[in-house]
Amino acid sequence: MIRVVLPHHLRTLTGAGKEVSLEVAAPVTQRTVIDALEARYPLLRGMIRDRTTQQRRALIRFFACGQDLSHEAPDAPLPAAVVNGEEAYLIVGAMAGG
Amino acid sequence: MSGVRVLVGTRKGAFVLTSDAARQRWDVSGPHLSGWEIYHVKGSSVNPDRIYASQSTGWFGQLIQRSDDGGQTWAPVGNEFTYVGDPGTHMWYDGSQHPWEFKRVWLLEPSPNDPEVVYAGVEDAALFRSSDGGVTWQELDGLRSVKGHLWQPGAGGMCLHTIVIDPRNEQRIFVAISAAGAFRTDDGGATWRPITRGLHSPYELPDPDADVGHCVHSIAMHPNRPEVLYMQKHWDVMRSDNSGDLWYEVSGNLPSDFGFPIAVHAHEPETIYVVPIKSDSEHFPPDGKLRVYRSRTGGNDWEALTNGLPQSNCYVNVLRSALAVDTLDACGVYFGTTGGQVYASADGGDTWSAIVHDLPPVLSVEVQTLP
Repeated sequence: MIRVVLPHHLRTLTGAGKEVSLEVAAPVTQRTVIDALEARYPLLRGMIRDRTTQQRRALIRFFACGQDLSHEAPDAPLPAAVVNGEEAYLIVGAMAGG
Repeated sequence: MSGVRVLVGTRKGAFVLTSDAARQRWDVSGPHLSGWEIYHVKGSSVNPDRIYASQSTGWFGQLIQRSDDGGQTWAPVGNEFTYVGDPGTHMWYDGSQHPWEFKRVWLLEPSPNDPEVVYAGVEDAALFRSSDGGVTWQELDGLRSVKGHLWQPGAGGMCLHTIVIDPRNEQRIFVAISAAGAFRTDDGGATWRPITRGLHSPYELPDPDADVGHCVHSIAMHPNRPEVLYMQKHWDVMRSDNSGDLWYEVSGNLPSDFGFPIAVHAHEPETIYVVPIKSDSEHFPPDGKLRVYRSRTGGNDWEALTNGLPQSNCYVNVLRSALAVDTLDACGVYFGTTGGQVYASADGGDTWSAIVHDLPPVLSVEVQTLP
């Protein structure tokens, strides 16, 4: 199972807890994980990625295993620790304050 | 017993303020949808328990929320706003062409006839319509064909911020866009034309005959006299007696004719309200005095309404969707400020008091008069 941690506002919207467990078929990539998340919660379509371009929204970040994966290719494999459930994949609202 | 429900959109959530018809004691509910920017909240006049809210943030984008119990509980509906076809480009600040990109919903205007029908004004400027209570949205794309490539964003973005529906004929709709102008459809949104004859914007538009590019800030109509429109433009308060075919200035003795909102008294179609601010570069009241101005003559002759409003050191603004009236007798007038106050007058503007002082910056105020 892939463990995904949502930011506060998306937890509130979906009614999900802090962490969501998803069954994701290989290959496990950022794209396939978010596809599975959006399939579970259709409300999230357009809120993490642009609906049309499927690009990450500007103020969303993706972290895992102590790394910022936001600028990695969406089809690149995720770290093994995420794939085997040891580590969570974090969807984060970027710092954007003063 | 009748009452009033004031729907307030703020930078950090929505608030619902309710009172009986005396409008002296208020219950404050909120923040609803807390932490999100609520650009607009408006209820259906057909079914007052049906309320729509535009919810967004820079992080997560746009949601539309709907309440079916008068604002007590909310549920997200549809948030897919897809332009018809290839939307092409519009003018950018530097004069180049820039792709049309959906950013947010500024305004939600429920149909006066059907609670399932609601219109959305969006940035980048376009008009969408839903006929299923906000679940799905279809663009009325004929609007963008009216020289859309020449539209250019104002300082606040290229937003469609005003939708006025003729209550006697829903085929006739007026919209306003910053800084593209005002437009009218007479066929339910299939075709549109600019309604800007008589507007003059010499400091923004050197071409006196330009039919798009005027920075219209808001338009108001009295439902019993839908051919008469009032407009607060970037500069100038304007009036049209023929559904926008021709406008003439009614700024008269205002201390400044710059402002954002304009509203019409519920029972007196010639009584109108504006909140002047100093200038385009100084968005606060002249002389630090928060004054609503009322004209009982459809413009030109204005009186300052100050009783209960701060008359020194006040530097808030009142945004374009943050002034509204109820339909009780006497007519109530309400407005919200960027300082987080919501002021109410239960006597047509003669006296004012703050319902709340310390909300987040107020983006919109709408009023429902309840049976």
